[in-house]
Amino acid sequence: MNKKLKLRTVKWIGKNLIRMFLLLTAVSIVTFVLVNRSPLNPLQENVGQTLLGSMSAEQIEKLETYWGMKEPPVQRYLNWARDFLRGDMGVSLLYRQPVSHVIAVKLSNSFLLLLIAWLLSGIFGFFLGILAGIFRGTWIDRIIRGYSVLIASTPAFWLALLFLLVFAVWLKVLPIGFSVPIGVEATGVTVLERLRHAILPAVTLGITGISNITLHTREKMIDVLESDYVLFAKARGERMRTIVVRHGFRNILLPAMTLQFAAISEIIGGSVLVEQVFSYPGLGQAAVTAGMGSDVPLLMGITIVTAAIVFLGNSIANILYGFIDPRMREGERR
Amino acid sequence: MNRRKKTMLFLGSLALFFTVIVISGFCCRDVARVTDFSRKNMAPCVSFFFGTDWLGRDMLVRTLAGLSMSIRIGCLAAAVGAVIAFVLGVSAALFGEKVDAVISFLIDMILGIPHMLLLLLISYALGKGLKGVVLGVAFTHWPSLARVIRAEVLQLKNSTYVQISQKLGHSKLEAALFHMTPHIFPQFLIGLILMFPHAILHEAGITFLGFGLSTEQPAIGIILSESMKHLITGKWWPAVFPGAMLVLVVALFDVAGNALRKILDPSSAQE
Repeated sequence: MNKKLKLRTVKWIGKNLIRMFLLLTAVSIVTFVLVNRSPLNPLQENVGQTLLGSMSAEQIEKLETYWGMKEPPVQRYLNWARDFLRGDMGVSLLYRQPVSHVIAVKLSNSFLLLLIAWLLSGIFGFFLGILAGIFRGTWIDRIIRGYSVLIASTPAFWLALLFLLVFAVWLKVLPIGFSVPIGVEATGVTVLERLRHAILPAVTLGITGISNITLHTREKMIDVLESDYVLFAKARGERMRTIVVRHGFRNILLPAMTLQFAAISEIIGGSVLVEQVFSYPGLGQAAVTAGMGSDVPLLMGITIVTAAIVFLGNSIANILYGFIDPRMREGERR
Repeated sequence: MNRRKKTMLFLGSLALFFTVIVISGFCCRDVARVTDFSRKNMAPCVSFFFGTDWLGRDMLVRTLAGLSMSIRIGCLAAAVGAVIAFVLGVSAALFGEKVDAVISFLIDMILGIPHMLLLLLISYALGKGLKGVVLGVAFTHWPSLARVIRAEVLQLKNSTYVQISQKLGHSKLEAALFHMTPHIFPQFLIGLILMFPHAILHEAGITFLGFGLSTEQPAIGIILSESMKHLITGKWWPAVFPGAMLVLVVALFDVAGNALRKILDPSSAQE
């Protein structure tokens, strides 16, 4: 019996992985079609019309090969996919470095930011939700709910602007941007300094991301508090605190974690904007630069990598659910 | 006055408020571009409630024009998104497992690319113009609503009254149109209104990044990205007021959607 269950679990995880692979392939095709149907001529965007006019036909042809404008699209996609599977994502046209290298550097910058924001929004949102659920209908609940609605309507980049204004311009307590201080070599940066520069962007992302999880946790908490087992616990004379710890947390934590893993996409999306405001040299800023400068290989690489991170998050959410709640696994077969 | 009437009154006045913004903003598009160096960098005062920017443009007028465009793009996104979500959601649930699998795959795929990045890609594909922003925002907001409708229709498919109608010889399409649509309509309407906030925020975001319009155009994102350059010298008003107006409009759409949900949802309609 146990063996059978194990086999099924392995099968189920395998299925999830295959689905993820197919989704990524689809994403890469869609991205490829999108970036290649662009009417923008990468040469004119980056070299400039006047300079192009003064070049010889040979030079232009050489440049066109460099920017990959010669081969038919399908062939180009197949070439790209074959190289990608070998771990070669091409060369970034703007940074003049391998795309994998550029992404690795930018992602390691962004990773700290995203992780802090993700944890912050998760923990903060979870506890606010529990508070609101416990004190349902009181002013505490109303304030928390009002805050959630307000923050859901606030664009992250505007909040970033306000923070920049208050903390960097008026109070001058935190730096304006850049992941390293000006004039210091990138390798000589201490962890503490890195953290100092990531505070504002991470906090901005963190507090704008809590709305969903707060409202969700609040609903669940109310459900739990209205259940028969809580009524019984109350009848036994358990205090509110023990009820929340013993019956609340266990039932709510898992759905909340699932939701948080599924929210990775939004945090990455928000980081594109926030990094722009704080001129934080992360993945989001690289994406904007690539889009502005028609750096097709880099744009493709970033899209695939972020999509992979998002799908990984979704899969973790699915697997978490599947392990703890066997009904979901059964339901998967439908 | 009961709550239903109050809510309807509230929704009506909101609609009026948004209409006023859209029309007044549309009418003063050209005024929003007038530059006058004799009045540049003025802090908020009686004649310029929101102050003026570094080219002496009236920030109130620019904000109105920008919001007007945001709301119009939001309307388009909601309309297009609603149609796509409805058709895909219903057909995913009606036409057997294969179609369902394909549509679910499509939904998962689009939700897998961070939304801002997807908008950036579409904008790039369409040549970084206004067209890219409008089409990008319009065609990327349907997946979550489609997912909701699909789940709902899947449930309805097994309900007794739909099964009976099948036994009576009605076609699947008839069941979908006459038995399911009325049932999912409230949810559909709420999802439609709650699409606005997302669409407006994404429009502001993508124009903020510089994809879309040229810099002299009044759009909320562009206003804010310009204000960012002057923030460092302590000019706070071009950043604070337009942003606050944007938050107000988005929050009002959110509140409207939730108020509507309360009176349409049978479990809370009689509270």
